[in-house]
Amino acid sequence: MLTCKEFLESLNEYLDENAAAEVRKSVEDHIHNCPNCWVVHDTTKKTVQIYRGVEPQALPEEVNARLMEALGKKMAAGGAGETD
Amino acid sequence: MSSLSAPSGVNHEEDLVAQARAGDAAAFTELVSRYSRKIFRLASHITQNSADAEDVLQETFLKAYTHLGDFQGNSRFYTWVVRIAVNESLMKLRKRRADRTVSIDEPFPTEDEELVREIAVWEGDPEQRFTAGQLRAILDEAVDSLRPAFRTVFLLRDVDELSTEETASVLDLSIPAVKSRLLRARLQLREKLTRVFKRKGDDVLAYL
Repeated sequence: MLTCKEFLESLNEYLDENAAAEVRKSVEDHIHNCPNCWVVHDTTKKTVQIYRGVEPQALPEEVNARLMEALGKKMAAGGAGETD
Repeated sequence: MSSLSAPSGVNHEEDLVAQARAGDAAAFTELVSRYSRKIFRLASHITQNSADAEDVLQETFLKAYTHLGDFQGNSRFYTWVVRIAVNESLMKLRKRRADRTVSIDEPFPTEDEELVREIAVWEGDPEQRFTAGQLRAILDEAVDSLRPAFRTVFLLRDVDELSTEETASVLDLSIPAVKSRLLRARLQLREKLTRVFKRKGDDVLAYL
């Protein structure tokens, strides 16, 4: 049985779902017997999920316009791959 | 009858890169449009300054255009662009805080560090409890409070969804260093979000 400290060190691997079956089982055994670590596992998993679900916002219109303008100038000045 | 080529209108990254390298400006512009929002978000979080983030955005794509010939195709084009953006962002950080060294390699305590303090389940689904705008503000504030060494790793791995190997390569870190920083970043964010999202038993009782 993992200690709570060992559980924490295995948590990343467990959450990324590329953990060896042995690691998965030892983490699951631990969290089923340790309510605090179950909560830590659950809330860490939700933390990762909530960030992964956030789409980037559209660029502010003027930021995009200035980007396209700078790019247009660059492209007019020379082809890709040429040095300044 | 099926075709092996991509349906028209859906251009794969590598096709666009090949076209851009052959001098097709529209293909490069398409790549820019595809990634500019993510690059701007990344630069905003690293520099924490919107003027710097805009400079980074422009510099990144201008450099990518200039050096397109150097892109070997050993990595995804996006990863290559992220590497330019991270370097440009860190240069901005260093310039702005010239009086103190800012490095993603700054030392940090790994022992005797309390990784978990707040242990509480979350109340329902935060995505239901808060508006999209509120949630975005909560998440951004939490990420921005991380130290740069953790923040950058978290952004690349969990926000931009680069692999551990890609993140290590972009930041010139070892794979164990990426894993260690990611764990600490995730636990610190968990801590901060739990303070906002936890079930407030006392508050519920107050309404009874």
